[in-house]
Amino acid sequence: MTIDKGISPIEFRLDPSSGVPTYLQLVQQVEHALRLGYLKPGDQLPKVRDVVASLTINPNTVLKAYKELETKGLTAGRPGQGTFIQAALTQVALPELGGLRRSMLDWLASADAAGLDESGVGALFTSVLRDFYKDHGRAADGGAAAGGETEGVA
Amino acid sequence: MNVIETTGLGKRYGKEWALRDCTLTIPEGRLAALVGPNGSGKSTLMNMAVGLSVPTEGSAAVLGVKPVGSRAALDGIAFVAQDSPVYRNLSVGDMLHLTRNLNRRFDDAAARARIADLGLPLKKKAGKLSGGQQSQLALTLALARRPRLLILDEPLASLDPLARQDFMTTVMTAMTDDGVSVLLSSHALAELERVADYLVVLSRGKLAVAGETDDLLASHRVLTGPAEAADSYAQRLSVIQDKRAGAQAHLLVAASGPADRVEPGWEAHPVGLEELVLAYLRAPGGAPAAAPSPALVSHIQPTEAAR
Repeated sequence: MTIDKGISPIEFRLDPSSGVPTYLQLVQQVEHALRLGYLKPGDQLPKVRDVVASLTINPNTVLKAYKELETKGLTAGRPGQGTFIQAALTQVALPELGGLRRSMLDWLASADAAGLDESGVGALFTSVLRDFYKDHGRAADGGAAAGGETEGVA
Repeated sequence: MNVIETTGLGKRYGKEWALRDCTLTIPEGRLAALVGPNGSGKSTLMNMAVGLSVPTEGSAAVLGVKPVGSRAALDGIAFVAQDSPVYRNLSVGDMLHLTRNLNRRFDDAAARARIADLGLPLKKKAGKLSGGQQSQLALTLALARRPRLLILDEPLASLDPLARQDFMTTVMTAMTDDGVSVLLSSHALAELERVADYLVVLSRGKLAVAGETDDLLASHRVLTGPAEAADSYAQRLSVIQDKRAGAQAHLLVAASGPADRVEPGWEAHPVGLEELVLAYLRAPGGAPAAAPSPALVSHIQPTEAAR
């Protein structure tokens, strides 16, 4: 049963084992597609009805995701037409990215020297990432926290 | 608008209370999942909502109309009872004819289009259809009444995975296109997470917890930490489930606020829908005090004795 009618360049997929709430998975997939260039400003997102039918999910979940994307300024709804990409994701300029990458490599080297293995580093990073964005009053993207939205509002 | 609103609703069969002290509101536009073990009062609640049984105490309003079971209330409801109720010896065409003539409002064109979409032959006897097709036929006839509230009693129980998905897709599409609200009872907890945006948990004839699925998941979490510190920590929390071993403790708690700090030495993990429901069903002392409204979910004292 292919639902794709070619309206949108992307198709959503759900990962049942991720622990990330469904609406947040949709939000993240749009952001990811923007970063990777699958989606560009002016592109249309899949229609709510098509997402509902292809994933068998509650329409309110799709609406919640689309509303969140709109709040983030990434998309805009056009009455009677659908939801369209409005802005590209802000990317850190390349020179800064290089510096960040180098300092991260330094940190990884000291973590390795201290005896942390790959999964240990991953666990530590995830936990620090979550705490950092919690302290800043907003949930980390991809945060394991199911309370992502409420924390963002608080 | 609330599609269902009950106050102190109860039903007694002989000496046994099938449901008691049920105060509940289900808002419009949702798919509300009604979950609980067999005998927890799910069908009793549904039967009262559609007017098939009369409350022993308390009151209920459906689609804002009292009493339930009145003509005005029933016009907005479609109910599909357990096990895809079709007359096995009638053909698909005869089922359509019968249902059209038994209902004041019936969208014959939509029903015929849907039956054609599904590829159901009009001459075939309903009893000769597959389980999935029978359930789709029952659902099609129910939706042709153009209900504002669709009530489904265990619609997925006898279906294979493909038929379940097709059935739920039809339900979800009706929600999207026509704004139908849905109340559905099910044991398939793992499948509900994606479809149910409102959750009603019944345990032993009492309301255990109810609210927006996302709110419930966000307001509960599992705290993992040292067993020796668990008692003093648990006293300050509202603990739904307490699992302990020699060194480690897992406390499933209702958060008192989003900004709740986790004590040093403890880790907080999010809960899934299945884990949450099972914790409430296993909560000691029967069902906890009923949650009056979704907003107050965090103030439930779930370990409180039921009676």
